[in-house]
Amino acid sequence: MTEAATTATDPHAQTLATLTRTLGDGAFSTSEFRDNTRVYLSPDQLIPALTTLRDECGFSLLEVGGTDYLAYPGRDKAKPRFEVHYALLNRDTHERLILKVGVSDPDPTIPSAVPLWMGAGWMEREVFDMYGIKFAGHPDLRRILMPEEFAAFPLRKDYPLRGRGERHNFPRLTRDES
Amino acid sequence: MPANLLDDMETEVGSERKEFHWTLNFGPQHPATHTTLRLILELDGERIVKATPDIGYLHSGFEKLGEHLNFNQYVTIVDRKNYISPPMNEVAWHHAVEKLLDIELTKRCQYIRVIIGELARISDHLLCVGAAALDLGAFTAFLFCFNQRELIYNVYEEMSGYRFHPGYTRVGGVMQDFNDRVIGRIRTVLAGLPKALSDLEKLVLRNRIFLDRVRGIGVLTKEDAISLCCTGPLARASGVIYDIRKDEPYLAYPDFDFQVPYATEGDSYARFQVRLEEIYQSMGIVKQAIENLPSGPVNVPIAEKFPLPDKGTSYNSMEGLIQHFELIMPNRGMESPVNEVYAAIESPNGELGYYIVSDGSQTAWRTRTRPPSFIHFQVFPHIIKDHLIADIVAVLGSINIIAAELDR
Repeated sequence: MTEAATTATDPHAQTLATLTRTLGDGAFSTSEFRDNTRVYLSPDQLIPALTTLRDECGFSLLEVGGTDYLAYPGRDKAKPRFEVHYALLNRDTHERLILKVGVSDPDPTIPSAVPLWMGAGWMEREVFDMYGIKFAGHPDLRRILMPEEFAAFPLRKDYPLRGRGERHNFPRLTRDES
Repeated sequence: MPANLLDDMETEVGSERKEFHWTLNFGPQHPATHTTLRLILELDGERIVKATPDIGYLHSGFEKLGEHLNFNQYVTIVDRKNYISPPMNEVAWHHAVEKLLDIELTKRCQYIRVIIGELARISDHLLCVGAAALDLGAFTAFLFCFNQRELIYNVYEEMSGYRFHPGYTRVGGVMQDFNDRVIGRIRTVLAGLPKALSDLEKLVLRNRIFLDRVRGIGVLTKEDAISLCCTGPLARASGVIYDIRKDEPYLAYPDFDFQVPYATEGDSYARFQVRLEEIYQSMGIVKQAIENLPSGPVNVPIAEKFPLPDKGTSYNSMEGLIQHFELIMPNRGMESPVNEVYAAIESPNGELGYYIVSDGSQTAWRTRTRPPSFIHFQVFPHIIKDHLIADIVAVLGSINIIAAELDR
């Protein structure tokens, strides 16, 4: 980051400096768009980063969600296929920060944030349900919206909008059989 | 209880041994869940040892649909998420889209969005308090609330043509401008509300049965509220005082004078009180907005290439016709930056945010919703522990779970 970007006018300067102190130089990259500031991390840095942001900077978690960038226009092939975002808010300074963690097939795994915030539990379950991204250390990682026996991950980009016939072939129990 | 255990009552009763526990299935169809949600309760007598929510019955792939419908079309889907306050979802969705596209709304449009949003908030809180009273046996209060909700539906009908899911906002503006009849109907709502609210408060807040069933029930501490990612009235009733309207103002909220009600008890009663007080604050906002509604155009100029021109413009002017064609034809449409943005507003239930990833077209690559109902429902097993079965409806009512938003 250049000297000009870390002047006092940048509301995130102090937070990012604290993160750099914990994680080390060059451990993460940032990007800005409109009023969002995003911090890109590798999965093994996620828990140290979240712990620092919670304990030293006073952030709390608002939401966890995933995105599949399969065949996203202009995306570097070397970049991971999935990204999970963590939207954080500091209720005292009204500062918002988005952490993004990239993972790729096969076996995408990210450490779970449940030990830090209980509220991450269901949101991580939803990411697992929709994308098949596993959260290591999650106390109860099951499907949450789709049925238990569902085999695919519906929000992946290679899953068709109308499904693969799961609904059409859904077993029905008639009155005679019951 | 098996008969042979009766001999040894003294030592066994009240023990935490598993064989005393029994399992009860609550829902998915139950009058007090209002919609389709299921709880698996592990009970010790009538005491709840553990509640496990089982959700997903109404999952309809709304987020997948958002990847196939364009920014204007998707508004019909977001309406159906929290169907108790549809305009608030629309405002949230287009707030995020407009942040992505960097559109500055006209002052009149900002006021109109504030008005429909606050009417939606009133309508949502009325239903929450009314339905909770209904579940606890006070039918009249529910009907008093629904009378007022009908008047708010009249406003929706007049402004958009639809009573339940208005689909009123558009990228860069709204479907059509407010006319005098809409404003007349909003004044009717404002005129009728104080009486209805005072009736409601007399029926509910002085009702001994209601008070006994909600006071001290389902206490959510401040620490838990933060740890469980709570926002909105649920968090404010536990002392987490944060309101995006006040703390990170969007639309025209800095222009209005209003307070952010909060409580510190964190029980079901505090949540009802916060909601009731918010109705008064929202009424004040709508009143100020109606009195000071700016004149001028409601949509951003069509030269900016974003808003759908109204019918008059598209039939009677060349620019309007071209613009309409450009936006409607499937191989054209507006351009968006290849980037992503998170934007949130204060919905009746808490922070309603959208994380939009755009691939440059007018259809989002990813539309992640931050659904307050989903996040708040995981609070339920924590606060219902060690309560009685009868308390379930009191607590469910106070956290206001909308199953369509829960499952999406």
